Amino acid sequence: MSWCCCNRLSTSSSLVTSDLWRQFNIPCRLSNVGLRQKRSVSAYYGLKTPPYKLDALEPYMSKRMVEIHWGEHHRGYVESLNKQIEKNDIFYGCTMDELIKLTYNNGNPLPEFSDAAQVWNHDFFWESMQPGGGDIPKLGLLQQIDKDFGSFTIFKDKFIEAALTLFGSGWIWLVLSREEKRLAIIKTSNAVNPLVWNDIPLIGLDLWEHAYYLDYKNDKANYVNVFMNHLVSWDAALGRMARAQAFVNLGEPKIPVA
Amino acid sequence: MALRTLVSRRTLAAGIGFRQQLRGVQTFSLPDLPYDYGALEPAISGDIMQLHHQKHHQTYITNYNKALEQLHDAISKGDAPTVAKLHSAIKFNGGGHINHSIFWNNLSPVSEGGGEPPKGSLGWAIDTNFGSLEALVKKMNAEGAALQGSGWVWLGVDKELKRLVVETTANQDPLVSKGANLVPLLGIDVWEHAYYLQYKNVRPDYLKNIWKVINWKYANDVYENECP
Repeated sequence: MSWCCCNRLSTSSSLVTSDLWRQFNIPCRLSNVGLRQKRSVSAYYGLKTPPYKLDALEPYMSKRMVEIHWGEHHRGYVESLNKQIEKNDIFYGCTMDELIKLTYNNGNPLPEFSDAAQVWNHDFFWESMQPGGGDIPKLGLLQQIDKDFGSFTIFKDKFIEAALTLFGSGWIWLVLSREEKRLAIIKTSNAVNPLVWNDIPLIGLDLWEHAYYLDYKNDKANYVNVFMNHLVSWDAALGRMARAQAFVNLGEPKIPVA
Repeated sequence: MALRTLVSRRTLAAGIGFRQQLRGVQTFSLPDLPYDYGALEPAISGDIMQLHHQKHHQTYITNYNKALEQLHDAISKGDAPTVAKLHSAIKFNGGGHINHSIFWNNLSPVSEGGGEPPKGSLGWAIDTNFGSLEALVKKMNAEGAALQGSGWVWLGVDKELKRLVVETTANQDPLVSKGANLVPLLGIDVWEHAYYLQYKNVRPDYLKNIWKVINWKYANDVYENECP
């Protein structure tokens, strides 16, 4: 089946990712366009493998939960998206980012939107965590958090509060706002993500119940605290921030002296 | 459990839970279930029912009461911005309380008639509006499975037009948010917490099985009350 083929290829692409990760000690996010194949293959986007083993987040996120979350939910979104693109190939050849922005359709989402965004969100989520995560951000990211939130502690409290006051299924994001040239915490419902407003996400936390229910049941607060204290990858966020600064000038403009 | 059952029947019959006066604010408390947690097995596991009732429903009530007290304070201080800000918490948590209170009544163990097709005038109305009970079930299953994120799928009656409707609501929005004349007869919770421990990501299986424990007698009573 086309899916098997696609999955094998995407696994090898993620090996490349983790090699780069080791080499530079920065999680390198390769284009997550997935795979577009021109032959008579019906899979257009691939299921990326998390950049660690499925049991690597134990005991904070059980292997069983990651297996179902990645192997069933995330895979389900990929398969459902590919099925839709196969039926209606008007979006054929789009990168995932383009597909999300186009199908968001200025707030009147097309049927492909939720699957496309959920594929992207989950890729981003897995890469927002690492074994031995938590701790505090480093270098420029910490400075920027201090500048925009007052202190890391204030930021952390606000992030957790945002998660606990989200109504229904959705996501919490730390983003770099292009417009305001500052960091911000954003809540989104269901599949929506900050790409649709052109913001640059640095961290994404999944707050659908399926993201924590098997390990934490109704105790969302415990899950959110564990994410902040033991799972969040500030290395990944720093790498994303470094790339984001190619698009957003956070300092004073540097005017060359004549 | 027998005592608990007796008490619960009375509390549920009295309306949406118990009301208590606290600092002048009417607050709410968790209604007991009219059956044991394990009584809906194998359609819905006892673990799910217990967490769903004791933790999830209780949390909506706790937060609803909190929001009502804050509202009371804000109103007495004339603090308009806070009154407006509390709207979303009241809608969400109040809706969670209302919806779950209906949901518990919508379910019944097989031994007490759960899953038995509606008798009385609701049965006729379903045939008239949807063709057959099977067609209604199919429609509600399809809409429930297609619902993005968390929410509810409803069978309601428009009490003005005397017509049955199938609607979905997002998160904890109550059915009345879809129309002032809509009265809920049957609500199916499609939040992941309603089925995850047993059905994981396969929501359609949960929807398929829940019909085995639907209390059509309750739905029929509400219907006949609205459309005598």
